[in-house]
Amino acid sequence: MPDPDHSRVAPATGDGPAPILELVGLSRRFGGLAALDQLSLAVMPGSLGALIGPNGAGKTTCFAAVSGFLALDEGQVRFLGQDITGWPAHRICRAGLVRTFQIVQPFAGQSVLENIAVGAQLRRPSRREALAWAAEIGSRLGLQRYFGVAAQTLPIAARKRLELARALAADPRLLLLDEVLAGLNPAEIDEVIPLIHAIRASGVTVLMIEHVMRAVMRLAEQVWVLANGSLIAHGAPAEVTRDHRVIEAYLGPGAAARLADGQP
Amino acid sequence: MPEHAALPPAMARHAAPVAPGSQCVELRRLNHAVARSIRTLSGLGVLFVLAPFVFHGEFQITFLTLALYVTLLGVAWNMLGGFAGQYSFGHAIFFGVGAYAAAIVQVQGGLNAWFGWVAGMCLGGLAGAAVGAVSFRYGLRGSYFALVTLAIAEVCRIIANSISITGAGVGMMIPLQPGLAHLQFAGKLGYYYWILAMVTVALALSSWVRHSRFGAALAAVRDNEESARALGIDATALKVMASALSGALMASAGVFYLQYFHYIDPTLVFGPAVSVQALLAAIVGGLGSVLGPLIGAIALAVLNEIGAHLFGGIPEFSMVLYGILLILIVRFMPHGLARGVAPLVRRLRGASGRREDTAGA
Repeated sequence: MPDPDHSRVAPATGDGPAPILELVGLSRRFGGLAALDQLSLAVMPGSLGALIGPNGAGKTTCFAAVSGFLALDEGQVRFLGQDITGWPAHRICRAGLVRTFQIVQPFAGQSVLENIAVGAQLRRPSRREALAWAAEIGSRLGLQRYFGVAAQTLPIAARKRLELARALAADPRLLLLDEVLAGLNPAEIDEVIPLIHAIRASGVTVLMIEHVMRAVMRLAEQVWVLANGSLIAHGAPAEVTRDHRVIEAYLGPGAAARLADGQP
Repeated sequence: MPEHAALPPAMARHAAPVAPGSQCVELRRLNHAVARSIRTLSGLGVLFVLAPFVFHGEFQITFLTLALYVTLLGVAWNMLGGFAGQYSFGHAIFFGVGAYAAAIVQVQGGLNAWFGWVAGMCLGGLAGAAVGAVSFRYGLRGSYFALVTLAIAEVCRIIANSISITGAGVGMMIPLQPGLAHLQFAGKLGYYYWILAMVTVALALSSWVRHSRFGAALAAVRDNEESARALGIDATALKVMASALSGALMASAGVFYLQYFHYIDPTLVFGPAVSVQALLAAIVGGLGSVLGPLIGAIALAVLNEIGAHLFGGIPEFSMVLYGILLILIVRFMPHGLARGVAPLVRRLRGASGRREDTAGA
């Protein structure tokens, strides 16, 4: 039975919690290229999800648009029930939506602890409290031994953790992680995966962009697959990776059929 | 949503091995930064208050006074250039606004010099906020900001040269009325203590900015604006604030110049020489450090005297020496004299400090 007034039923009246983040028809073009094309998705509070897709699918563009670093041509971003479309980046962060960068961007000349303190001071009234909170978060992420070290001298694995620590210190409600595992070796990846689990367990909703499929399979409860700026599949990781459209988006047209036939 | 205040064991397990106590050292260092800075500043303050009792010749007092005056220029420039990383080549804008405001208040308005000082500082701060707002709102950075400030200073010079309220090209002379009530002093000592008071306040402000949340946010903007914004920092607003503070301090130096020499004209206060002195003191001394401008200004003052003694016949020869010094500093001590000298100071203080650091950790 079709519901003629579906839009009135969808919002939070009654069954189930409302989404913490809702993207409605996001579009953004760069010249003739549609980096985002009518992208819609909803992230539920407390969930751990992943955004995957081939290179150039629009994942990082999506994060940039959601976090206020890129203006949208069309569409609406709703966070905690509030329309945050067009808000400046710092205001979105203060509302509790914090992102990390794919290419880590530490405050190079400052020590690791000072770096984390920048995130920590967002919600701590005094410098001393911010520093104490930064030390606490830094220890949780295993960065203690680097506290006094200048950020630019850190090895890549520690830099990735620093990026995570800074964002976490700002007490996010929703954390957007842009490829925190990229550039890490398998052993380092195995060390970070429990950290992400723990972040979610502490009550922070996590949405990650990730290329390391082994990690996506172990971490994400649900996966959105982007190709050419639009959503082509959504579901549990195991389902999604069997989806024909997903296989073809990664491997090219006809790949799914060839795989099914057992031909390379 | 599950409440996990205590962190899951997974995190503890994956924590890196730590040398006992080492994690506290950096925390202690940052927590005690303010106290350390206050101690250093008070020590220096006492030295400078007592200095005239040792160096009481007119030449020596003048030397110290002008060194402190250049320190104030450097501290003002450092506020925006060092702490916020926005290099201005036209800080004379605020210097001139302060000097002219104070002069106009006294000459055209017939008011007391103290009003002139307050008006100069307020207008200098406003000018700082305005230049900052216009530039940073539209994302000007780096060399573009430098060029815009240079251009605005030149525009100010031309305007002051053409309108009547500033006395046009003739300049302005304030009436000679020695006495604290008129911010003029019969002897050199009065000016020395006045500039010392201003430098002390400016350095205390610097120290606060350097070690406060405000300063940490500014440093974040300086080092990586995108990251700073992603962590909830309103980069534009902060840079505008830094520019306003910087403008007010610079204007204060402009007022001092007016009261000291009793005369200003457009080229003296809006010309590039002032802008260059301000940025040189800060860069030579050490960008973004609290005491850098003081060290830089003393170095410049010494150089100035050497230039005057050796090449007294050649006017403005000190500018050549300044240029050479700047090249040497940028090449061999890019962090400035303050950072270059710091290790020596630490060695002089001896191992006692180091022992204290590790004992409590």
